Amino acid sequence: MDMQIFLQQLVNGASLGSMYALIAIGYTMVYGVLRLINFAHGDIMMVGAYFTFFAKAAGLPFEVAVLIGIIGAAIVGILTDKIAYKPLRDAPKISLLITAIGISFFLENLFTVLFGSTPKAFSAPEYLTKIFHIHGIYLPISVIIIPTVTLLILAVVLWILYKTKYGMAIRALAFDIQTVKLMGIDADRIIMIVFAIGSALAAIGGIFYAISYPSIDPLMGIIVGLKAFAAAVLGGIGSVGGAVVGGFILGFTEIFVVAMFPELGGYKDAFAFFFLILVLLFKPTGIMGQDLERGRF
Amino acid sequence: MLKVRDLEVKYGVILAVRGINMHVEQGSLVTLIGANGAGKTSTLNAIVNSVKKSGYVEFNGKDISKTPTHKIIKSGLALVPEGRKIFINLTVDENLRMGAFNNDEQFETLRAHVYEKFPRLKQKINQMGGTLSGGEQQMLAIGRALMSQPKMLMLDEPSLGLAPKIIGEVFEIITELKKDIPILLIEQNAFAALKIADYGYVLENGSIDLEGKASNLLGNDEVRAKYLGG
Repeated sequence: MDMQIFLQQLVNGASLGSMYALIAIGYTMVYGVLRLINFAHGDIMMVGAYFTFFAKAAGLPFEVAVLIGIIGAAIVGILTDKIAYKPLRDAPKISLLITAIGISFFLENLFTVLFGSTPKAFSAPEYLTKIFHIHGIYLPISVIIIPTVTLLILAVVLWILYKTKYGMAIRALAFDIQTVKLMGIDADRIIMIVFAIGSALAAIGGIFYAISYPSIDPLMGIIVGLKAFAAAVLGGIGSVGGAVVGGFILGFTEIFVVAMFPELGGYKDAFAFFFLILVLLFKPTGIMGQDLERGRF
Repeated sequence: MLKVRDLEVKYGVILAVRGINMHVEQGSLVTLIGANGAGKTSTLNAIVNSVKKSGYVEFNGKDISKTPTHKIIKSGLALVPEGRKIFINLTVDENLRMGAFNNDEQFETLRAHVYEKFPRLKQKINQMGGTLSGGEQQMLAIGRALMSQPKMLMLDEPSLGLAPKIIGEVFEIITELKKDIPILLIEQNAFAALKIADYGYVLENGSIDLEGKASNLLGNDEVRAKYLGG
């Protein structure tokens, strides 16, 4: 593989990995506080992309539409918690998991019924789709913007988790919900913040996806969501840093394996699950995961 | 300060607390003693609504029977839970910050006060809670509870799992605290608890079996036989 192709694949991998990372952070944070694999999380990404699409179609500037997409997804995320998960706080975890799968089907089918199953073309403003050719590398500006924004967001999330009292409460909640309440903290409000952050990040991932591919459909969140889940497990579920590492590893692997062995292209979606199986077999706590009972972020 | 009437706690079909009545006056240290499984921890958890209960609880003149846990704590009733429940993945400083969650302005002052009371914690500000010894964790748990500037303190088995020397220290701390704040102390270590308490309740199988002045209970034959080893 010559240098040009290598660099080309590197930027592509970073861009794809960023999307997985953004979505994986939401999986991992919700898991941290509720011990729930929120299978509806991938669909929240879809919801964010749709809100953005419709806001744009209504004539709003792209930047405003993005903001509406992010806020809309955060609200839907909070509502799924309030309506579906909150009544089950004391129920067995398996009930919560089944409910999450139900929410996932509900969102997918609701959007299909409302807006049809045909993919909608998603056009981003020119400054995001400009393409540079540098030394033979094909460089859409988005592949620079996406990883940069992702790393900035990661810095902000880590700052919230480690430097603010709400972030401390999120980490404390990963250890024990009853004791958090004994601090006079409204645990449900902290959980709401987690859903808001996770859903907003998923929406950003969804918008990046829509810009890159560039179309959206009601089922777009399924496979990306499952891969981001695999990334979260690979990085160590419960660890935000791990989610990002897992996301990037998955993105790079997918791009590079296909670049080196084009005949495997048809199997590219399988790599994530191959990783998932390996991790579960040999290191269930993942790369950066801690013992879950110790509730580390 | 705290009044409890007809308090009942059920786990499935098992009645863990069977209609108990008790009260804690302003300025007093009251202890609730009893054997393992008598229902002591259930009683405390029921008071702050950490477990489902029936009955009436009044704190500082207000009915808190149906108030959610975090609001009870906010209203000034602090509970140091059984097993200390330090946030092991947070530093000592962060643990104190959590205790002062609703007390942003006084945080610095309160923290200085806690470090002054527990100088050993001050040397470990940035250590994870999980790396502390049992005694240090108990001090941190008490310090964390004080960060909310409580009007009353409830302590659940502060001597549990500690070395005898450390238990002595913890009881000294409680004796100190008693000067400033009313305390409800739950203990298996009946002798030590009755020695520093003003009033005591003896819990057996979820009911109050005996109550009275702590000094009287110390001299009571039944209490001596059952809880003080003759």
